[in-house]
Amino acid sequence: MTRGAGISAFSAFFRRVDLARRPYLPAIAVTLLLFSLNGFLQPKTLRPVAIAADISTYLPMILLAVGQTYVVLASDIDLSVGGIISLVNVVTVSVMTALGGSHGAIMAGILVGMLVGIVCGAFNGFCVAVLRFQPIVSTFASGIVFAGIALWVLPQAGLAAPDAYWETYGDNLIGIPFVLWILAAMAVTVALIAKLVFSRSLLAVGGNIQSAYQSGLPVPGLRISAFILCGLFSAIAALCLIGDTASGDPLLGAKMTLGSVAAVVLGGTALSGGRGNPLGSIFGAVILGLIGSVVFFAGVPFEYQNLVQGLIVLAALAGGVTIARR
Amino acid sequence: MAGVSSKEVIAGARSKFDPTALLRLPMVIPCLLIVILLILGETASPGFASPGQIVKLLTLAALLGTVAAGQNLVILGGREGIDLSVGAIISFGAVIAGNIMQGANSMVAPALLGAAGAGLGIGILNGIGVTILRIPPLVMTLGMLGVVQGALVAMTRGIPSGNAAPALSDFITQPVLAGIPGILFVWIGVGFFMAWLLSRTAFGYRIYAIGTNERAARLSGVSVWRMRIGLFGLSGFFAGLTSVFVLGYTGNSFIGVGDQYMLPSIIAVVLGGTPLSGGQGSYTGTMAGAFLLVILQSILITLQMEEFGRQIVFGVTLLVLMLFYGRQLRLRV
Repeated sequence: MTRGAGISAFSAFFRRVDLARRPYLPAIAVTLLLFSLNGFLQPKTLRPVAIAADISTYLPMILLAVGQTYVVLASDIDLSVGGIISLVNVVTVSVMTALGGSHGAIMAGILVGMLVGIVCGAFNGFCVAVLRFQPIVSTFASGIVFAGIALWVLPQAGLAAPDAYWETYGDNLIGIPFVLWILAAMAVTVALIAKLVFSRSLLAVGGNIQSAYQSGLPVPGLRISAFILCGLFSAIAALCLIGDTASGDPLLGAKMTLGSVAAVVLGGTALSGGRGNPLGSIFGAVILGLIGSVVFFAGVPFEYQNLVQGLIVLAALAGGVTIARR
Repeated sequence: MAGVSSKEVIAGARSKFDPTALLRLPMVIPCLLIVILLILGETASPGFASPGQIVKLLTLAALLGTVAAGQNLVILGGREGIDLSVGAIISFGAVIAGNIMQGANSMVAPALLGAAGAGLGIGILNGIGVTILRIPPLVMTLGMLGVVQGALVAMTRGIPSGNAAPALSDFITQPVLAGIPGILFVWIGVGFFMAWLLSRTAFGYRIYAIGTNERAARLSGVSVWRMRIGLFGLSGFFAGLTSVFVLGYTGNSFIGVGDQYMLPSIIAVVLGGTPLSGGQGSYTGTMAGAFLLVILQSILITLQMEEFGRQIVFGVTLLVLMLFYGRQLRLRV
């Protein structure tokens, strides 16, 4: 009797969990599952130091995935984020070095880097929303251009970032790791953006662009804004990568583009637009990282790690899409 | 109409002559651009458009064009159809074929079967994921890309292995008839096959049907999911076929050999006049698109530009070309 009541309470709880309104819930559940599995396989990963190190590793992808989400919500896609990361990375480090590496130079480098990201995003938005290019082809082409400019600015990897920059990035601020401050600042920003009419309008554009336009929404402006946000978040991701690697590398971003799309999908956002949430993408990026970690700690032989990782990611993508549709 | 002479029809057409209408014909733009680029190349570096050089360019275009045939089918089938796994399949197939062949002429046929079969299998898995599990093609093939790359690392441990047989390499790179390498005859064969498939078979008509309006096609009795599995299977098959050609071209197989074909195969389809939304377009256009892309890349190398300059010019040119192609619909009230 009590057991039956327990089950019905359980199912009632699940009925109350509205996945259509909260598509990120499965991603949170999977994150917790993978995190526990990781802790079970290697208890040391549960220590605060290890968690902080994990967050520092995952942070660039988290930022990139959040930026990509805004574009995907409006049913576009940005394949140039890798190029933006490379470009911002080399421009920022070059500016910092050229200005002598003082605190002022570092601030200037950060500002110029963010500006580059915004300009790249605005360019993508212009091509897609005003010139009406197909987003996949257009951002692929612009990504090549961005990566090319990055190679022009800095032909070879290895220009060192000022010590003060990466020392601050890797240090604590009021007893809390600096990366956690960035994560918190990002979370607040994402929460604030979610409260804006902008977010709801973006969902409307992704859901049905024609009706959005006919009900008077500034569709091109919204899409451009989404691309600008994506460029800005990619730029911040690049700034974090500089803190990690302490140097400029024109080929840095190449591998990250498709990962950001995968993270967005893992977070429950529909690629067709109109449904999803940047919160899910944060966990999607963490899931991608944790899968690699679990496969490593599970003692999978070295040569099979990529295959097992690929299979788990595919299964997670398939599962995420299936659950999000319910 | 009986009393209207052909001259009057032409005169009537001319009176409404609109130069932009000419540009809207599907094959005109890529062919025009090919001619312009060849002239540009010839001016920049005499000999660029010599017959021998054009055959070399066509050989490269044949490699890209064969994988783009499958990509074209998947895109024509609509519902955001796209195959991101073709690059990984080419790498995978090249390693399989290279290891079956091990430089022996007698093993070319088994190697071809092995690579094409592996591609077909991966493609069918993609199709099952897209239809039965209803995963968006971009996501499914992106996930498959990771799996195939992982399988490659597991198979090779990252060490290049396997060699092309001399007969295969000769067939791909050396002239077999009238100064033309065998690969070009294969490509022409692929072109005829695709033209027959798309315009002479029920399967071909159904591809356009599901690409234009999937719902209407399903209600008219087309088994959409079976069609789509077939399309992804064919895409994998063509990528597997390409892998053997690529192996013959490069001589040996290594993990990343196919990566450079993934996005260009999509671009070739788009430059050939098939919009990513599907339902319209032809493989003849895609062949022109593949040739166009290869010429463009080759000119940038001929001009002895540095890597950064090549990338910037290539990307900007693609963006400019996009102005002429199927753009998104204008929003109207």
